[in-house]
Amino acid sequence: MADTFQDDALRNHGTLLGADELVLNMGPQHPSTHGVLRVKLKLDGERVRGTECVIGYLHRGVEKIAENRTYQQFAPYVDRMDYVAAVSNGLGYCEAVEKLLNVEAPPRARVIRTILTELQRIASHLLWLGTHALDIGALTPLFYCMREREEILKIFERYCGARLTTHAFRIGGLQYESYDGFEKDVERFCNDFERRIQEYVDLLTGNSIWIGRTRNVGVLNAADCIALGASGPILRAAGVKWDLRKAQPYAAYDQYKFEIPTGTNGDTFDRYMVRIEEMRQSRLICLQAIENIPEGAIMGKVGKVIKPPAGEIYHSIEAPKGILGYYVVSDGGTQPYRVRVRPPSFINLQALDKMVRGHLVADVVAIIGTLDIVLGEVDR
Amino acid sequence: MLDSILFYFFAGVAIVSAALMVTRRNAIHSAVFLITTLLATAGIFLQLGAEFLFIAQIILYVGGIMVLFIFVIMLVRLDVALHHLRFRMKNLVVILVIAVLGAEAGGIIYYARSLPGHGLFIEKMAQADKLAPNSEKLAQSLFHSYLLPFEIASVLLLVAMVGAVIMAKNKKGTEDS
Amino acid sequence: MNPTLHSLLQFLQTWWVELTCGVVIVAVVPLIAGYVVLVERKLMADMQARLGPMRVGPHGLLQPIADAVKLLIKEDIIPADSDKLIFWLAPVISMTAALTSMGAIAFGPSFQVARDINIGILFVLGVSSLGFLGIILGGWASNSHYSILGALRSTAQLVSYETAGGLAVISGLLLSGTLSISGIVAAQEKQGVWFIFLAPVAVFIYLVASIAETNRAPFDLPEAESELVAGYMTEYSGFRWALYFLGEYANMIVVGSIATTLFLGGWLRPFPNVHWLNWLDYIPAVAMLLLGVYSIYRAGKQPVKVQTGFMWAVALACFATAAVFAVPWFVATLKFVIPGLNGAFWFLLKVAAYIYVFMWLRFTLPRYRFDQLMHLGWYILIPLAIVNVFAVGIAMVLEALGWSRWLALVPTTIVTLAFAALLVRWHDRRTESASTASLAQDSYAG
Repeated sequence: MADTFQDDALRNHGTLLGADELVLNMGPQHPSTHGVLRVKLKLDGERVRGTECVIGYLHRGVEKIAENRTYQQFAPYVDRMDYVAAVSNGLGYCEAVEKLLNVEAPPRARVIRTILTELQRIASHLLWLGTHALDIGALTPLFYCMREREEILKIFERYCGARLTTHAFRIGGLQYESYDGFEKDVERFCNDFERRIQEYVDLLTGNSIWIGRTRNVGVLNAADCIALGASGPILRAAGVKWDLRKAQPYAAYDQYKFEIPTGTNGDTFDRYMVRIEEMRQSRLICLQAIENIPEGAIMGKVGKVIKPPAGEIYHSIEAPKGILGYYVVSDGGTQPYRVRVRPPSFINLQALDKMVRGHLVADVVAIIGTLDIVLGEVDR
Repeated sequence: MLDSILFYFFAGVAIVSAALMVTRRNAIHSAVFLITTLLATAGIFLQLGAEFLFIAQIILYVGGIMVLFIFVIMLVRLDVALHHLRFRMKNLVVILVIAVLGAEAGGIIYYARSLPGHGLFIEKMAQADKLAPNSEKLAQSLFHSYLLPFEIASVLLLVAMVGAVIMAKNKKGTEDS
Repeated sequence: MNPTLHSLLQFLQTWWVELTCGVVIVAVVPLIAGYVVLVERKLMADMQARLGPMRVGPHGLLQPIADAVKLLIKEDIIPADSDKLIFWLAPVISMTAALTSMGAIAFGPSFQVARDINIGILFVLGVSSLGFLGIILGGWASNSHYSILGALRSTAQLVSYETAGGLAVISGLLLSGTLSISGIVAAQEKQGVWFIFLAPVAVFIYLVASIAETNRAPFDLPEAESELVAGYMTEYSGFRWALYFLGEYANMIVVGSIATTLFLGGWLRPFPNVHWLNWLDYIPAVAMLLLGVYSIYRAGKQPVKVQTGFMWAVALACFATAAVFAVPWFVATLKFVIPGLNGAFWFLLKVAAYIYVFMWLRFTLPRYRFDQLMHLGWYILIPLAIVNVFAVGIAMVLEALGWSRWLALVPTTIVTLAFAALLVRWHDRRTESASTASLAQDSYAG
């Protein structure tokens, strides 16, 4: 901490903090900020009176880079934003450009995309659950979640060769055909998974320590969520039944039956329950999808050179972290004029200040964890 | 023989620690040397066969009171306060007090030696290794003959505890204990 | 002969057992604590579906040695403005307190350093509580605002749970009637039952209190890496940190020994007075024999040669121990060793079981927040412990009036359990209804 907090406060706010207030810096390197996030907590004794997030430590200028790449060249960059759920990022971008081109991916591609995206949702939530539990002190769920996530990553690796930054989809459909045994792998995973979810629930849900650490911690009610633009499990835990998979169906979601779990309180415990339930619903979607993958082409009518007509499109999907939106502006050339990403983590992070006020310092870690942010997405 | 060695060891440690304690500039150092003094005294208790006093000294004095002292020293920035205190006659007062006390103690020891029984109240001391177990005897007298003072003392302690909690709560902004 | 030399020799002659035990404790216990760390890592790995340390030595057995060497050769970093004397002293106090308190613990009928002092349990409790000083001084010497806060918090937690633990110990002492360690075990032998069956609530309270006293999960907030306020150990690196760490694990062994002595029957075998179960006395030898056979069986299933060799070595060690246990049965002159050996086996087994429960809870439960921790200690555990002392006391009075011990203790235990259920329900209601924003009172003032 090179500058004192008084200097910092003077520079930023023009006023010195009150005599009783203390500014505690949760620095960019911290085991619990899930990335390079700097949070300045204004404390009054043990209670948090306000926060200030300093972001940008992972800014790589992705949106600017997009203006200098062709549409296909930009697709791998998109994975690096929310690197935990790369497949969803790819889905959003490819579908946005497909809309610009006025091309639809063939049904087979859409179904396989759905399966992979739902598997990615499960993987993202598993990672979230493991690290969140670890922050709160439960050491074991992390390893169980990693064990399950490993199975999903193996499926990805068999499908497209990569585990994390998959670049699984292409504009217009898929590049790779699903491999032999894809359905069997997914089915085996899904059959095993229900038992595993029960393990996590047994370990955590009824545990009075867990409940004590998460109930009424970081409450964000529905009105605040909507006002702040929070989306995803945060919004649903507050009671608002809004999921883009049902509200504005994309890919093949309109073909499957699944529930949208909601909570009541909007506290950390409800967000935990919502995400666990979402994992169950994703599993159901996968099971329904693999029963009936339509035959056919995997690539739509897209030429080698992608030159969408001039225009703009905003397309959003329900990523594991929230509503992920792509605003693509084309000027008729091979490179987009502008790609603007609506990152769910960035917008959810703005709710941190509201959620953390009045809580104790030890809760801040739990609240940052429950927001499920990925700094790659926040900073881009 | 072993007895004398141990006694001189404990006594020496006690005296040296006490001397160090009063001469340190750093309050925490003084507290640590006070702890050593108390532990040495506890050792002497053990030698005299008062094993309950020995362990009570360790649990209560060292483990309780000294911990409290150290808390206070840490939370009150004494080195800041010390800068404001300049008492110039300190050394003179110290020498005076040492002289007076030393003369008194020396006089007592010198004249007491000529009294029968070395001036002690009890002429024939009990053999340390033939004493009955300490804790039982202490407990019996505490709960039979001295029950009322015991109860009064516990009520006093309760009052002190409640008072401390109330005083700690009333202060605004004191959030760490 | 020179009189001083003569008296020195005489001193050694009378006290050689105690001196040897003392040297053994100081030399061996840190090593054992290191291996307890390895056992914890392997156990944690097993419960987390992975293998744990496997590289250093067969099955990771040399890992503690490697860790010790690494810590010893690390650079000794002392914070710039810290108090050098206190910085050096604090870990030493922590470790010394734990080791000294081991002196009074009896691992068998005649295995203790201090020959059965009258105040055995009180000595162990009192001296091990000197470790708190090590924590406070350590936090102070780090010269960082957050380290001091962490140390103060840790000490506050320790003091609170020490009260509850002490009250639980009192219940056990009421049942045994004496403070001396061998007296307590003799009382359990005379009554033919371990005190855990007579006062189960006391054992549970002591379990929770001892977990909090050794700063283990779920009460390890002062030590947690993912918390914001740095703990008292932050500025300590290298061997100083190792001293703290080993002190913590030695403390675990001490606390396990207290619980074993007081509640689990010390060095007695199960059902010590029942004569037709005397064949249980053969169990140590038979158990080690079976363990050796099992090791040989596993040796055949190992994929790698090194691990096969390791399992054979384990089998050899088991057979050697079995021989040590079994030979006195056959050699008449050695028969006097049997109670001691058997006793040590049962004692260590019970301490190991107790520590296993510690580790098990660490891997399963999340961490309490500090105010929840203090609330649990002061609002739930201490009232329950006080009620338990009352209950056991009433049971003793009833026994003096002529009731049998069992008849007196069962109703009082039920009353205590009912009170505990009430406390837990009140606590749950309070947690549900209180939202942290509306907690007006200062939750840190106990």
